[in-house]
Amino acid sequence: MRFGILVNEGPFTHQASDTAYQFAKAAIGKGHKVGRVFFYHDGVNNANKLSEPQADDRNLVALWSKLGTEHGIDLVVCVAAAMRRGIKDDLLPAGFRISGLGQLIEAGIASDRLVVFGD
Amino acid sequence: MPMLHTVNKSPFQTTTLESCLRLAKKGSAVLLIEDAVYGALDGTAVSARVAKRMKELKFYVLGPDIAARGLGEAKLIDGVTVVDYGNFVDLVAEHDATQAWM
Amino acid sequence: MQDDDINTEGVVKKFMFVNRRAPYGTVYALEGLEMVLIAAAFEQDVSVVFMDDGVYQLKKGQDTKAVNMKNFSPTFRALDGYDVEKLYVEKESLEARGLSPADLVVPVEVLSADELGTLMAEQDVVMTA
Repeated sequence: MRFGILVNEGPFTHQASDTAYQFAKAAIGKGHKVGRVFFYHDGVNNANKLSEPQADDRNLVALWSKLGTEHGIDLVVCVAAAMRRGIKDDLLPAGFRISGLGQLIEAGIASDRLVVFGD
Repeated sequence: MPMLHTVNKSPFQTTTLESCLRLAKKGSAVLLIEDAVYGALDGTAVSARVAKRMKELKFYVLGPDIAARGLGEAKLIDGVTVVDYGNFVDLVAEHDATQAWM
Repeated sequence: MQDDDINTEGVVKKFMFVNRRAPYGTVYALEGLEMVLIAAAFEQDVSVVFMDDGVYQLKKGQDTKAVNMKNFSPTFRALDGYDVEKLYVEKESLEARGLSPADLVVPVEVLSADELGTLMAEQDVVMTA
């Protein structure tokens, strides 16, 4: 089955990105395809490679980047939400790209299931 | 057409769970995640509200979120099923659509 | 890597956007409205629901000058021009807040929680901001 995921919050203030990541990993583990993860609202902060969590903490920015590149997930950051929050192309880790909100709607059309994670 | 409802807010903090229970149709499933896992506990002020819909709705709670909050040994409302992230994926796949109550 | 191995051309799905937050206090209402406009541009079958504090998004007479934020409530009146005609408000949420349809910036269909739950269960995709 093909899944699309919407992440509405950043990597630290809320658990949403953690839960979305665990969900995506479990879906891939069960042989499903995660076609696209779309980052909206403060979720665009998951694409800031300048983020430096403490050594004993998980690094969601790096984890998403790794999962995306290893499993061919299209990690899309909403351009309008990103510009407002200062997330630019040169901040993006591997596997992420910036594009329009239309990519979220398209993920809703193309996926068998779309799941929202937010706060 | 059964659907899956996820809830991520503590019922002691917001009315999110209440809104979900108001709209959820008979035969659909409710999965309590993140801070909503407190809504799965037995013996609280909201337990009866959840138990009241137990015959019509299937209730699940995310085990990793229960364990993280020190509730691994806590008594849950009768009929609530504990699931892991893999089961979460299965639930999404088994239902036609998912609504996230946040 | 682009997720372009699925052809979405001509596919129309039922998208429901559920708005449950008040405007201005958080950005969810404004950015949620942007999702609705894009879905309409993709010619999807769009329904927009206002319930819980989301009904406050439609309150008439919003004046944001003194808070220096953009008043986006006029956009709800423009939705018709984007072929977004299915606007639903939950009766219970409206009544709990002492509001009636006359207090809202745009004509809506008022549905009970039970009716709204039925409509929600008929959707292909349910989005929440």
